[in-house]
Amino acid sequence: MTDAVLSVRDLVVEIPTRHAVLKPVDGVSFDIAPGEILGVVGESGAGKSMTGNAVIGLLDRPAHISGGEILLKGQRIDNLPYARMRKLRGAEIGMVFQDPLTSLNPLLTIGDQLSETMIEHLGISQAEARKRAIAALDEVGIPGAADRIDSYPHEFSGGMRQRVVIALALCAEPSLVIADEPTTALDVSVQAQIIALLRRLCRERDTSVMLITHDMGVIAETADRVAVVYAGRLAELGPVAEVLGRPRHPYTEGLMGSTPAASAGRARLHQIPGSMPRLGHLPPGCPFHPRCPKAQDDCRADPAPTLAACNGRAACWHPVNSPESEAAE
Amino acid sequence: MLAFVLRRVFQSIIVLLVVGLVAFSMFTFVGDPIDNMLGQERTQADIERLRQQLGLDQPFVVQYWNFLQNAAQGNFGVSYRQGRPVSEILLERAPATLELAAVSALFAMALGIGLGVFTAIRRDGVASNLIMSISLIGVSLPTFLIGILLIWVFAVELSWLPSFGRGEVVQVGGWSTGFLTSSGLKALILPAITLGLYQMTLIMRLVRSEMLEVLRQDYIRFARARGLRERAVNFRHALKNTLVPVITVTGLQLGAIIAFAIITETVFQWPGVGLLFINAIQFVDIPVMAAYLMLISVMFVGINLIVDLLYFAIDPRLRAGRGKGH
Repeated sequence: MTDAVLSVRDLVVEIPTRHAVLKPVDGVSFDIAPGEILGVVGESGAGKSMTGNAVIGLLDRPAHISGGEILLKGQRIDNLPYARMRKLRGAEIGMVFQDPLTSLNPLLTIGDQLSETMIEHLGISQAEARKRAIAALDEVGIPGAADRIDSYPHEFSGGMRQRVVIALALCAEPSLVIADEPTTALDVSVQAQIIALLRRLCRERDTSVMLITHDMGVIAETADRVAVVYAGRLAELGPVAEVLGRPRHPYTEGLMGSTPAASAGRARLHQIPGSMPRLGHLPPGCPFHPRCPKAQDDCRADPAPTLAACNGRAACWHPVNSPESEAAE
Repeated sequence: MLAFVLRRVFQSIIVLLVVGLVAFSMFTFVGDPIDNMLGQERTQADIERLRQQLGLDQPFVVQYWNFLQNAAQGNFGVSYRQGRPVSEILLERAPATLELAAVSALFAMALGIGLGVFTAIRRDGVASNLIMSISLIGVSLPTFLIGILLIWVFAVELSWLPSFGRGEVVQVGGWSTGFLTSSGLKALILPAITLGLYQMTLIMRLVRSEMLEVLRQDYIRFARARGLRERAVNFRHALKNTLVPVITVTGLQLGAIIAFAIITETVFQWPGVGLLFINAIQFVDIPVMAAYLMLISVMFVGINLIVDLLYFAIDPRLRAGRGKGH
């Protein structure tokens, strides 16, 4: 896929500590096509956000990219000098953070924050930026945008602030938006609106989205394809309907089983036994095997399964729901 | 906002009244001024006459009220030692202290904020580690020692700068200024550094720690993720968010610079109010001491009032009741 907006190839992120070198992201590969929404799901600490931060080049030291490459429209961006990477941020890659209450600078009006971003990337005048800022606020559904442009962030509710954050992420028309848990900090009633808004705006502009979340419902509604991350590796990658409908990786199946459904009545919710291994304490072989109901001897032996080594869909030696496994039964 | 200002002004008046009480108490409780003013050969009649003349025979409350009334009009009585009105002496001395304080405050703020930002941005750099280590010296060495060291290096060994006094001064209106002559400016350098060094290191360390805190915030990450220039991120977004605590401390330190110019003025024989105060203590010149106390408290209270108002200018969240968007 050479026409992909974003190509991540065998990405490895390392954090050197006194005792060991931790790998919060270990050999992750995926593509995002123009206008595509890729959902990235996983537990806390699975490496979802770390992957997003690596793509936009904002890893907090001492975390750093130690292997693989990241290509934006076919050009490598993981080794760009800081100044050139800065020009891509906002202009080519936008980012939406989790908490809208802390993402906006409390001392600057939202108009100022929109204008400074557009002036920086689009090279337009102050007056033009103001006009476009009002249009941008209007587009994300801020009522009375022209009156609210000189308001400060604290004068908006959480949902409205996330709309402002989305306007900020999109105002310089990037071709990729990384949305890192954009609805986690919001009221349930507002979550659906924000997701719908993000999806509509990106569809209109043909903007690709890397949607990081742990909410399977959001993924099911929004994403075209989904990547399931476990312990810094991709467990499963494929079209949403297939991955959620017929998960191949036992971990994905477990995740689906632990999502409550309204139709399921009052049956006890399934849960995956144990918890994700801590970085630096990864078991040999498949990182999921201690919790896997279907683990066998070869799962405990090196090397760990990868997407490439398996069928390209699920990184598992004994996938469930696959044609082969069903034939065997 | 107006209600807030009125409340603060009211509080300031209370503070000044209390300080006034302390200042006034000195007249009654720190020795007997009559003893100081009349010589060895005095009669009981002399004492009574002077006591009446100074109003010392009246009840405490009445005396306090008279003192307040006079103080409000800038009348602090007559210096026991010099025999001239205290207000006149203070006015004569004030420009020297205020000029010295202004220069050292400017030095402390400019360098303190600049170095604070620098050491926060280049957190692990060699230069900022060096600056942080040196700043420990600034915090821990006493002012008089710094003054004497500076005199030894720059006045005695190198003979670049004068070791004492204000140099030539020019009278502009009733104000004697050292800003307009080269010897006046040269004379300012060493005392200003001595007086401002501690405040400078304090401001620098505060700005640094506040900056490090703010640079961790989400909105800084978001500003970076929007591709803003480092300069915009550091100054427009980060520094502005550190200003509320920095202004609080800087305001108090500014008061301290004026109040504690005493030591620096003594070391450099600077003819300001601090030196006046030291001499007044030696001679138990209570009117001068009382007036100095009042002057300093007025300055502290005034600076605090300005600091409170600055909060409003900086932080929109404090400007309540704008009525927009609620």
